[in-house]
Amino acid sequence: MKEFFRRTRKSFSSSQAPEPAQIPDDLWVKCSNCRELIYKKELNDNLKVCPKCSHHMRMSAREWLGLLDVGSFSEMDAHLLPTDPLGFVTPEESYADKLKKSQQRTGMADAVIAGVGSINGAWLALGVGDFAFMGSSMGSVYGEKMARAAERAADLGVPLLTINTSGGARQQEGVIALMQMAKVTMALTRLAEAGQPHIALLVDPCYGGVTASYPSVADVIIAEPGANIGFAGKRLIEQIMRQKLPAGFQTAEFMLEHGMIDLVIPRSDLRETLARLLRLFAGRTRPASSPSPLLAAYVNGRV
Amino acid sequence: MSEQTSPFAEQAELTPWDRVQLARHPQRPHALDYIFALCEDFVELHGDRRFGDDAAIVGGMASFAGRTVMVLGHQKGSDTRENMRRNFGMAHPEGYRKALRLMHQAEKFALPLLCFVDTPAADPKKESEERGQANAIAECILAMASLRTPIVATVIGEGGSGGALAISVADRILMQENAIYSVAPPEAAASILWRDAARAPEAARALKLTAQDLFELQIIDEIIPEPPGGAHAEPQAAISAVGERVRAHLDALTVLDLPTLLQRRYAKYRAIGRYQEAGEQLLR
Repeated sequence: MKEFFRRTRKSFSSSQAPEPAQIPDDLWVKCSNCRELIYKKELNDNLKVCPKCSHHMRMSAREWLGLLDVGSFSEMDAHLLPTDPLGFVTPEESYADKLKKSQQRTGMADAVIAGVGSINGAWLALGVGDFAFMGSSMGSVYGEKMARAAERAADLGVPLLTINTSGGARQQEGVIALMQMAKVTMALTRLAEAGQPHIALLVDPCYGGVTASYPSVADVIIAEPGANIGFAGKRLIEQIMRQKLPAGFQTAEFMLEHGMIDLVIPRSDLRETLARLLRLFAGRTRPASSPSPLLAAYVNGRV
Repeated sequence: MSEQTSPFAEQAELTPWDRVQLARHPQRPHALDYIFALCEDFVELHGDRRFGDDAAIVGGMASFAGRTVMVLGHQKGSDTRENMRRNFGMAHPEGYRKALRLMHQAEKFALPLLCFVDTPAADPKKESEERGQANAIAECILAMASLRTPIVATVIGEGGSGGALAISVADRILMQENAIYSVAPPEAAASILWRDAARAPEAARALKLTAQDLFELQIIDEIIPEPPGGAHAEPQAAISAVGERVRAHLDALTVLDLPTLLQRRYAKYRAIGRYQEAGEQLLR
């Protein structure tokens, strides 16, 4: 296990998860933005933010778990596996094969990891997307895990944090995928009834049916600097609609300027910002020292 | 399934791409045709009170089968000129925000909501992005999820992606025999999957977007038969068939008390999805 996100002791802590297999074990990494070569350890110490240009590189769902208190995360619903409901076969590749390949490459069953954990002692239910798994497209498993995360938060009386990156609805599951937008949003009504907040973090890239559903109606919407966020993809707007797009179109900063999100927070300040919000929603000045009995029972029962 | 529902045997031979063509037929009756033919005293209500009025979405109060209802629909044009004005039924954020306003108004006055779905997709232009297309759609979905009044949505042509979903989260989803409902327009899906929009007919087959497919997948509640040749061949017959079924479903919904109605709506959407729950031991 590698100390992946320890920038300072109080900021991101290390993830208890093993380093994902898809990260090449090279010593040097080229920044996809400024093209500078960065010593990999330095990049990781900097939470995968380029020390030269501050470009926020993509992180896997496992890496995002480093946002939580060390050892606090319990994964739930890991046993949900995708199926091929439409029998989607094309001359190039069947959905079943594509799933198998993605599973082998990422070590994940599908694009979302869900569970409960704490930030600075404040417990929450979590759902995190992983762009490496079929562009974190939203199919049945994605939708079910996020919906259960929302219901779990409602049942336990804790906030919901979703970390969202996606190319949109998973085409290979057709309208079933489209309906996941409604399903997850439906589950959010339970959370609202329970009086618990939904905090949505948008990370690069986040598009289509995911942006156009549950994260966009969150109580607080946070994005990472420079993240590309939108409904229609830039390629579609430029090539089909033949419109010229200004620099900075569909970035986090663009979204903030147009009133669509609350905050743009650099990765280094994210944990602290979330901790502050969780404290405010909890209406207390210090983090709870222990989870509620129900939560403890829930976590212990599953681990 | 389709054989049981359709009295028109010759239409059972249509390919999914044929259905797409029928669903898009310019002479097919559009939302306002249904609203004017099925309702009395329709008063169209305009504007989102924030930015503008979107001609791609129409809505208002009307009397349907003896009760006051709120109607909403995507509105396509029958010719190029009207289509330009209606943006081919592709709604902008202000269209969805008008819809949202009317949804809340329906709830406030306990009016059942009748939605007529007919859009290729939500408008994907730069200006719509700037005005928050994603947020506008998401707000509609959220509102419909717990709207305290019965909702019946009927797909009368194209149900395209989130733009269609935004006004079709409902207690009952009906589809005409030749209507389609898809995660994305077949051209867009082909472009996403194979970077080749010309393979749309192939995508149309793979996406399972016909009413018959979606009934089998248990996404929709009923298929409404169309006259031979499609709804455009005999618009009046097509419209009456829709009116009759909408009325029947509305009658069934209005007898339910609100908690039951909302509970069932929750359960309906919560159950959509196909996944496998493997034993925990398989993980380790």
